[in-house]
Parts: sequence; structure tokens; C-alpha cells
Amino acid sequence: MTEAPEIPAFDPEAYASAASGMLALPIDPAWMPAIVANLRVLHAAADLVGAFPLPDEAEAAPVFEA
Amino acid sequence: MSEQDWSTASAASIAASVASGAVSARTVVAAALDRIGRVDPAVNAFTDVLADRALARADRLDAAHGRGGAPGPLAGVPFAAKNLFDIAGLPTRAGSRINRERAPSEGDATLIGRLEAAGAILVGGLNMGEYAYDFTGENCHDGNTRNPHAPGHMAGGSSGGSGGAVAAGLVPLALGSDTNGSIRVPAAFCGCFGLKPTYGRLSRAGSFPFVGSLDHLGPMSRSTRDLALAYDAMQGPDPADPVATDRAVEPTGPGLDAGVGDLRIAVAGGYFASGGDAEAFAAVAAVADALSATRTVEIPQAARARAAAYLITAAEGAALHRDRLRERAGDFDPAVRDRLIAGMMLPAPFVERAQRFRRWYRAAVLDLFREVDVILAPCTPCRAPRAGQTAFVLDGVTLPVRANIGLFTQPISFIGLPVVAVPVWLDTGLPLGVQVIAAPWREDLALRVAHHLERAGVVRAPVANFA
Repeated sequence: MTEAPEIPAFDPEAYASAASGMLALPIDPAWMPAIVANLRVLHAAADLVGAFPLPDEAEAAPVFEA
Repeated sequence: MSEQDWSTASAASIAASVASGAVSARTVVAAALDRIGRVDPAVNAFTDVLADRALARADRLDAAHGRGGAPGPLAGVPFAAKNLFDIAGLPTRAGSRINRERAPSEGDATLIGRLEAAGAILVGGLNMGEYAYDFTGENCHDGNTRNPHAPGHMAGGSSGGSGGAVAAGLVPLALGSDTNGSIRVPAAFCGCFGLKPTYGRLSRAGSFPFVGSLDHLGPMSRSTRDLALAYDAMQGPDPADPVATDRAVEPTGPGLDAGVGDLRIAVAGGYFASGGDAEAFAAVAAVADALSATRTVEIPQAARARAAAYLITAAEGAALHRDRLRERAGDFDPAVRDRLIAGMMLPAPFVERAQRFRRWYRAAVLDLFREVDVILAPCTPCRAPRAGQTAFVLDGVTLPVRANIGLFTQPISFIGLPVVAVPVWLDTGLPLGVQVIAAPWREDLALRVAHHLERAGVVRAPVANFA
């Protein structure tokens, strides 16, 4: 097995700046601290959900019904 | 009965009195409009008051009744709707500045039409957090809804106007929406009842969406009988909402007094028993004690469920508002805008993973309902924070208010379970809410338990005092 390349630390401000181009989404610099704070919260939430093992067969329901 | 009394009467008593001829619908509606005019400036629950429409409808109802027509189970009951419901002649603003430039709606939302078909009378549109991405009841465009029981405190959101209008006695019945807790939180903070039905139970047609895979609509009131009356009148399939169930109407009113003797009721432990003020858990204990519920169950992976709901909300909400964020970001409430922009940047695999987890979690929680019929949990981790408060301390940890008020409601709506929020008054301070949670499609059980608690005097929704 080949060794996986190192994962760089998450830099939310750089990420937001780069993503704004792909999304064609203008960002006022004054908004950046709040956007960064929100990205950190979302990143933590994604880590928490992602750490839970799911079988490959656990598909999202195409139509969610309670 | 004096005019003042009619303005704060229950929906059930109004409907009975109109049906018997003891009072006219016009008298009741005029009393409500008068109280709204006097009291609402202190609450700021209403964004639109529809006096002409309401009085004209009341006159038609009275005339039809006079000719011998059946007046309906909600005859003459004034009600109001969160302003994300379409109301004929008004732009559906959904708490935003941008949407009020839309063309006026040509018709009413399905649920408004169903309540009016049952005899109820719409008197206005209600304030809300912008685009429903809110738990505070604060709105930078229309002003904050103030908590009727303590004007310096939040009403809760995003259905803040709905909770405020009901608690202030402006209407006995209001409609709200709940994506992550937006009916249950204002019910808890304002001390009234709220029903978030099963996902797909009540039609959302004619309402402005937020997160399609999590959005629910439902009623708020000051009594469980009124909640059931409204809920029963609004059930039924609707092809205009792609997720509305085809199930037949399942009336809950007739079984409301059946008691709780046959029900297996448990308290949610683990995640739902920590991370909040002691008072939030004391409220649950008071309700559990009244129900002789001694069992505790653990809802598995609730913290992850909340996180997954958070991710789906951010991504779907952002996708909905993509064009507005590109073109008119400066016209958003900044607190909403910055959350949506961050949500737009979420990588797709994170969101897909959250949806896949939802499937797993739903199966795990449905297993729990093989053992119990009803689960009790706090609505919020604390009483209503002060207006404008941005941080609070929960379990010794300082956290942002906006993102954390819904930490106990999100894991429940995530899989669409029906919940009745019941108001508990532990002392002379502000109320707390308890979630009475049932299995999918068993709103009847949650309402039965709530009604039993109300009759036992454990939960109640008093009208706030205004001089």
C-alpha cells in the first residue's frame, strides 16, 4: 500500500476565498470573519457525521418518508 | 361576555358560541382586531393585519349561519399565519426584505384555505426570522418579536410572531413552520402549545420553503383541544405538495380524552439529559412525574443526528438562495447571509453523507418505538435568552445562541417525528418547553399525552398580562 499524501490543515478563509470564484459568489471582506466561523462549525459537524461508519448499502432515501 | 373576554377566548369556546348563536363571528373578529391594535405594538407579532378581509369573511359566515348553514368546527375563530404562508393579495415575504418585492400572491396557502373552510377567519400575517433560518424571533427588517411574558427576552423563532401572537392573546390559533425547531422553540419561550406533525402529514403547498427535506408546517395555540381542532381541519392529501402523504384524515379530537394509561412513556436520556440548564431537565422531570414515566431510553447518535441536520440545512438552504446570494447579498439579514454563504461552500460528499446517516438514524430510532409509545425531551436548553443576546453558557461552555437553541429539537425533526411542545412553568420565571414525541403518524398519541398533562394542570398556556 502506498503512503497517503499529507492532509493540509483546513484554512477556512483561504477556502472561502477560493470557493467564491467557483460559485461566482461575491464576498465582502467584512463578512469573512462570520463566514469563517460558520465554516468551522460546519467542518466540525461534517467530521462528526463522517466519523460514523456506514455500510456502503446505506443509501440516502430517494424520497424521504417519515 | 365582554368584548375583552372574546378576544382571548379559546378556539373551541368561540366555535361553540358561534355555532349556538351566542355570539356572531363579526363580534369575535372585531374583538381580536381591537386587541391586536392595542397590544401588538408591544409585541410586534403582526406584519400584516387584514381587517377588511377578516370582517367581510365574518359577515359572510354569519349570514350563511343565519340561513341555516353548518358553521364548521372552527366557526368564527380568528387565526394568523407566519408570513411565509401565501396570503392572497400580499407578497410572501418570508421575513425577508428581498421577497417583499415579489408579486402579491394570487391565492392562500393550502392550510389557510383548509382552516377557513372549517370556519376559521384569517386576521393577518406574522413576523418571523428571515427565511426561517432562525431560532431567536429577531428580524432586522421588521423588528424583533418581543416575548409577551417578558418583553426584554426573545420570543424564539423562527415562528416568533406565531408564538408571540398566541401568548399575547391576539389570536387563539396561529400557523408556523418548523424545519429544525421553529414551532417548538417559540412555543417553549412564549409558553404556548405547538404541534410539529409528522414530515409529510400537512401540506406545505403555498408556503415559502427553506429546507425541502426537513420543512414542516403546523399549528400553535393556548390549549391542546384547539391544537387538535386545527390539526384535524388541516389534514388530508394535497397533490400540490410533492411530499404530502396520501393517508386519509385521521382525526385526533375524538380520542383526545382517552388518557395515558395504556401508553409506554419514557424520558430521553444521554444527549437529551445534558448540555442544558438544570431547569430544562427539571421541566422534563415534572412532566415525567405527572405521567408516572420512570423509564429512560437513549436515542442513539443524537449528537450526530443534530450535526447531520445542521449540514443538510446549511446546504439545502444555501442552494435555495443561491441566486439571491449572488445578486443581493447586501439585502439579507447579515446573520442569515453569512450562514448561507458558508453553507453554499459545503462539499457535496459531506451533505450526501448526512443524508445517508439520516437513513441509518431513522431505522435506529424507529426500533426504539417498538419498546415505547412516547418519548419526552426538553424543547430548548434554557429559558428565553435576553433580546439581542449572542452567547450563552450551557453546562459550563460558552456557545453562540443562534446556532445552539435548537440542539434538542434538531435530532427529532431530522427524521420527521411528530411532536407536541408543551409549556411548563416551574416557578414565577419564564416558561420552558417539553417535547412529547411519538412515532411517525402517531400525532394522536402526542396530543393525548399533552391533553392529559393540561387537564392535570402540569402544563398550561396563560395569556400574558398587558395593562
